[in-house]
Amino acid sequence: MYEIVAFYLFSALTIGLFLITVMSKNILYAMTSLAAGMVLISGFFFILGADFLGVVQLVVYVGAIMALYAFAMMFFDATRDIKEKNTNNTLVFLLGGLSALVLVLMFAAPIFSENIQALYPMHEGVGNAQDVGIVLFTKYLVPFEVAALMLLVAMIAGIILAGKKMDQSLTEDMSADDEIMIVKDEK
Amino acid sequence: MIGLSHYLIISAIIFSIGLVGVLRRRNLLMLFFATEVMLNAVNIAFAAISHYYNDLTGQMFAFFIIAIAASEVAVGLGILIVLYKKYGSLDLDDLASMRG
Repeated sequence: MYEIVAFYLFSALTIGLFLITVMSKNILYAMTSLAAGMVLISGFFFILGADFLGVVQLVVYVGAIMALYAFAMMFFDATRDIKEKNTNNTLVFLLGGLSALVLVLMFAAPIFSENIQALYPMHEGVGNAQDVGIVLFTKYLVPFEVAALMLLVAMIAGIILAGKKMDQSLTEDMSADDEIMIVKDEK
Repeated sequence: MIGLSHYLIISAIIFSIGLVGVLRRRNLLMLFFATEVMLNAVNIAFAAISHYYNDLTGQMFAFFIIAIAASEVAVGLGILIVLYKKYGSLDLDDLASMRG
């Protein structure tokens, strides 16, 4: 009973919040609704019994990725509305819906057609986090290490890309700096 | 009772929302947001299949998708900052320099 109520509540709220993310003209509104939608998606994970995945979703997505977006928005002008030249809207909705439907059918077909054997079945009486840890550090150890290396490379790339010309201000133009200098000189 | 198909349908709806966003957005930062929406939709599908088939593989793939999304955001935001410094805008129509 609670599962049904939670499922429909979370789905309605998630769809609404992600529609705001996609449709809004303001970057701040879009980012906030994206963060809220990710919190609700972690609720889906908790319903499904994937506790550790839900916690990772909260920590990494809502904590790290949205904080990264918030930091990056200091560089951009976030308060101004985005002016976008929209092309044919109905065509875009039709194309998006149709291609998503085709993709879902493609990937759902093998699930419904044949009997799937569990490759790494969950153990009874063992918590989800413990179970995930056992499988992650035995069967998926090499992908785990490669993912760690990839995160290191991404961190170095982010620092190098964002760190170029860090001494120049982006939001204030050069004339504002000149005015400050003039005021200082007059004193 | 909530079955696997319910979760797959909600995942498909969220994925199509993200796809519509990718198709209609003109701002690069908003394109990144739409990509995050699509990645989250796929994560829901993986977790649901993992639960209903009693298999941990789906959750493993969801973890690796989260790791890939984190590194994608780190590199992508660095590139966005460089582009903004160079052109002063993130609009794709302003950035298009190859006109045929």
